[in-house]
Amino acid sequence: MKFGVVRFPGSCDEVDAQLAASRVGEAVLLWHGDRDLQGVDAVVVPGGFSYGDYLRAGAIARFSPVMESVFEFARDGGPVLGICNGFQVLCEAGLLPGALLPNVGLRFVCRHVDVEVVDADTPFTRACARGDRLTIPVKHTTGRYHPPAEGANVVLRYAPGHNPNGSEQDIAAVSNEAGNVFGLMPHPEHAVDPLTGSTDGLRLFESLAAPVAA
Amino acid sequence: MSRHRELGLTDAEYELICEKLDREPNAVELAMFSLLWSEHCAYKHSRKLLRRLPTEGASVVMGPGENAGAVDVGGGRAVAFKVESHNHPSAVEPFQGAATGVGGILRDVFAIGARPIAVLDSLRFGEPASERSRYLLDRAVAGIGHYGNSIGVPTVGGEVYFEGPYEQNCLINAMCVGLAPRERLIRSAAAGPGNVLVLLGASTGRDGIGGASVLASAELDEADESKRPSVQIGDPFEESKLVECCLDLLEDDLLVSLQDLGAAGLTSSAGEMASKGGVGIDIDVARVPLREADMEPFEVMVSESQERMLCVVEPGRLDAVRGRCARWEVRATAIGEVTGSGRLRVLDGAEVVGDVPVAALVDECPLYDLVPAAPTAPLYPTPIRTLTGDDPREALLALLASPNLSSRRPLFQQYDSIVQSRTVRRPEQADAAVLALEGGGAIAMSIDGSGRRVACDPYVGTMAAVFECASNLACVGAEPLGLTNCLNFGNPEKPHIAWQLERAVDGLAEACRALDVPVVGGNVSLYNEGTEGPIYPTPVVGMVGSLPHPERAGRLGFAREGDAIAIAGGFHPSLPGGELAKLRGEPLPDRLPGFDAAKVRAAQEAIRDAVRAGELSSAHDIAEGGFLVAVAESCLAGGVGAALDLGPSDEPWTQLYGEGAGGFVVSGPREALDRFAERVPLDVFGTVGGDALGVAIGDWSFGATLSELREANSALAPLFP
Repeated sequence: MKFGVVRFPGSCDEVDAQLAASRVGEAVLLWHGDRDLQGVDAVVVPGGFSYGDYLRAGAIARFSPVMESVFEFARDGGPVLGICNGFQVLCEAGLLPGALLPNVGLRFVCRHVDVEVVDADTPFTRACARGDRLTIPVKHTTGRYHPPAEGANVVLRYAPGHNPNGSEQDIAAVSNEAGNVFGLMPHPEHAVDPLTGSTDGLRLFESLAAPVAA
Repeated sequence: MSRHRELGLTDAEYELICEKLDREPNAVELAMFSLLWSEHCAYKHSRKLLRRLPTEGASVVMGPGENAGAVDVGGGRAVAFKVESHNHPSAVEPFQGAATGVGGILRDVFAIGARPIAVLDSLRFGEPASERSRYLLDRAVAGIGHYGNSIGVPTVGGEVYFEGPYEQNCLINAMCVGLAPRERLIRSAAAGPGNVLVLLGASTGRDGIGGASVLASAELDEADESKRPSVQIGDPFEESKLVECCLDLLEDDLLVSLQDLGAAGLTSSAGEMASKGGVGIDIDVARVPLREADMEPFEVMVSESQERMLCVVEPGRLDAVRGRCARWEVRATAIGEVTGSGRLRVLDGAEVVGDVPVAALVDECPLYDLVPAAPTAPLYPTPIRTLTGDDPREALLALLASPNLSSRRPLFQQYDSIVQSRTVRRPEQADAAVLALEGGGAIAMSIDGSGRRVACDPYVGTMAAVFECASNLACVGAEPLGLTNCLNFGNPEKPHIAWQLERAVDGLAEACRALDVPVVGGNVSLYNEGTEGPIYPTPVVGMVGSLPHPERAGRLGFAREGDAIAIAGGFHPSLPGGELAKLRGEPLPDRLPGFDAAKVRAAQEAIRDAVRAGELSSAHDIAEGGFLVAVAESCLAGGVGAALDLGPSDEPWTQLYGEGAGGFVVSGPREALDRFAERVPLDVFGTVGGDALGVAIGDWSFGATLSELREANSALAPLFP
């Protein structure tokens, strides 16, 4: 399994995502200016503040050359994982439904939260069971998910009392209709090592790396 | 005629400049001198004193004088660190002041080739009852988060205190820690006449003109609103590109030297590079990319626009440097060259608009002797009484709820503490932050200072701050390697401030010698006074240490029901000058009891060894609020109660709430604590368990449930709705 982690100017968590992915497979960085995805099997759009989040979080990164290839990759059914700023980028790009709005508290919030697996039938959660509870940190200012009127496929919800940003219906993660594009505000790449507090996030990377049995 | 006075120079200093130039300086030269001869740049009231600090040590790789200090942490790796103040800009515009304080200290660290891996901050405000203090707190915290979060460097620790004397003059000190392969560290000395001077990063605007002299080297007054244009604006996105670009340039050895642009902008950076290299530099201001077309040469030379770096490049490598910068979308402009003249020449195209000897500008500012005199009357007002009554339980809850002791969670959860995937101990998990290093081992870091205690006794109070920092490191199992400091004081031209400064530096030097911890860098911030008087004298110390096994890093929270709880170290607490005395509205004493430095050091070493051996379930330094507050903090951090029986007591208030150096609350299996008692004075007082803290001492018996403790300790939360 070869992961490609996109690096935009202003990305912060791309090396963290690369480290996390390399626990379950090979992982390379993809330069924002290159259209070549280097034959990766999955793309991670990482957290951070791409292009300073100027204009609007995630608004500028979607116009990067690399994103043209990510569009094609996603259209062809390739798995694309957007974390935090990556989630924002994928929503701005129209690869995921809905939008991310400023937290209700209007402040940056960094803390560990619990999320519950709502849909274990995606390439990103198939190592989990429905109802599993995962402890994963969040860290963002713009993470309040607003689904479109027709709804969205919810993959993770914040556990009761753990919604850090006022997301509607406690939504923490959604996928597209086809199920191959997935975005979440919590940072699974920061929950892959007992030394730093939790290994629950690793299960999302393991899901991607696991051979498709069924 | 009095232009030099408006710029902060004395008549005598002006005459000296004329003498060194053998003529009167022109406007460009005068602007340059006024900044480099300011207190902020020249340390003219503190430099002689700072020579008393010990700076040598086995692990020192870079000492004071470079952009940041650095120590060896083994495995071919070096850790660079420095703390710096951004007090006056923050008092005028807290969001940008604090943000650019972080941006500036990050540049100091990557200027020597180290990747910034952590930020810590030390903040002081007036009491939160004041609307202005709440505003400054809210915006400063937001500014620190804005910069650190956006640039992907975790903010892993810090401290904040609220005291009346900081009402007008808040303190914003930021510390950055960086990591580098030892051989990658680079110095700032320019070398090689004919080499090219290249300016990297943002364009140059009118922001921050005169920041070092107007803001940083004078007392604050009523007209501070008009100083807002002197505060710089930060752009963390620009800096994040600059960090990656500079580290990339150094990785391929493309630079001769590198220097950040901070206070006094190009003048200071170019001057210092030339001075250290014993060379001259020509700068053509017409080649500097500008934000506004009509800037005067002097404005270009002193602008404090952020996110800029200056480097020296061999002509043959210029194209490679340009190419690398283009990839990172960082502007790179050749603006001058290294010369053999020993002069800093400012050109505007073909015309020479300034020409001064580097040595005169950078190294020959007159240094002043302090005229210290101990105060004969109290300098500071007596704190306002907020705790009445004589009930020990009420005192415990009041202490936990006091602004100085209540949980910092509402602040630190606004900071990304985990990016870069190294953070093994975050705030509220341990007394010091712990970061695991690639290739094994870990480093720990802490920042400390107690202005009120230094106000009571500058010598003992400063020693205590250094020892507390070392105690914090001991509690996670780390051995201190080096120290950085920021000396925040009032106007040194006043004899009692000079006395505070001198006594504090002596205390700092003595503590460093007693612990064998060298001072590898620091910063001095003077003239911290408002119209109502000086701040509490506030030396802030930051310490970095190392530990072999990150998985064994100590925690402060009680961990296991049934563990024994003990107080370790020869702890001799006293109430005057402490947190309880403040709540009771007692005047500051005019001295603090000293302590036996050798014994405290021995206790720290014993704690460190026991934590490293995995013998203790928890270790927590006894600090503000005393023993019982420390126990309550261990209960809250562990989510478990404790039962204490301290037996008969003549002085229960002092025993429970007195403060002093060298005490620890530890917990662990009884047998482990008994073994530990062979190395260090230790008394077992209680047991971990239940969902309440119960205390029996003398005739008193009282307690509080965990939820009561937690509610009291959450007193700051309403300030951040």
